[in-house]
Amino acid sequence: MSDRTFSDAVADPYDAPPLSFTDREDRTIEVRAYDGSDEEMEALVEMYDAFDPSDRAQGIPPGREDRIRDWLENILDEDCLNVIAWDGDEVAGHATLVPDGDAYELAIFVHQTYQRAGIGTRLIKALLGYGRVSGVEKVWLTVERWNRAAVGLYQTVGFETSDAESFELEMTIRLAEPPDEEGG
Amino acid sequence: MKVLLGIGGSDDSIRALEKTVERTANVGDDLTVAIVDNPAGERSREDIETRVTELLDERGVDAPVRLLDGDPGSALVDLAENEGFDQLVLGGGETSPMGKIQIGSIAEFVLLNSHVTVTLVR
Repeated sequence: MSDRTFSDAVADPYDAPPLSFTDREDRTIEVRAYDGSDEEMEALVEMYDAFDPSDRAQGIPPGREDRIRDWLENILDEDCLNVIAWDGDEVAGHATLVPDGDAYELAIFVHQTYQRAGIGTRLIKALLGYGRVSGVEKVWLTVERWNRAAVGLYQTVGFETSDAESFELEMTIRLAEPPDEEGG
Repeated sequence: MKVLLGIGGSDDSIRALEKTVERTANVGDDLTVAIVDNPAGERSREDIETRVTELLDERGVDAPVRLLDGDPGSALVDLAENEGFDQLVLGGGETSPMGKIQIGSIAEFVLLNSHVTVTLVR
């Protein structure tokens, strides 16, 4: 159904979580895959409940706790891949891959308190590393074209613009060779 | 109020149809339904027309149904501007698997080109 185009070249292989690093504000940030627990889900609800509405993208995260819960239940499903950046017990950021046919749709959110500290780059690399070791072949996303910081981040980790004709840019990346190709 | 509803058969346009007919039944707007060719739509023109007449009959709303040819966005804007409509109503977009709102190409064109007030139904 989709006529989305993906590069033939496989992107750099990033390390999968768990991993940790010191951000530019000297905070120790740990990046781990979502463990499926209610505790981690509640910590995410708390982060999104405090999320600045001006950083919303195309309607997500939604703006009310009940809608946040509905949305999270959907994207924390077993067939999705979720990675969380932790500052102790507090969620600093969250990135997710949601299945869409033979590809996955990506989104990433870093809480305002933790922005411009290098967390987004580490978090998205960890998610792509997690995707790679989990057998994800292709990833796509949309981003508002005025959001230069986000577009720059996606380009840095290897995304290429695949459709520039709509309000939002569509960008794609390949994490693995197609299964039916020789030498794959 | 003279309202033009444009639908091309995508799910969000069917939702817009239902909500607009409901509103028309309640407030007595002067509604015209225009069916356009949406290349991304999954329903045939006949199916859409059947759905429209069913819904109008159900709600007891009397509204002309017009079939528009050619580029859907410009056909809708032309009709709305040339025949003195107060409002042009469209489906408000689909959501991606992630839950992101994605506006269709017809709505994008209409938003940027229409001199008539545009409503996107969510």
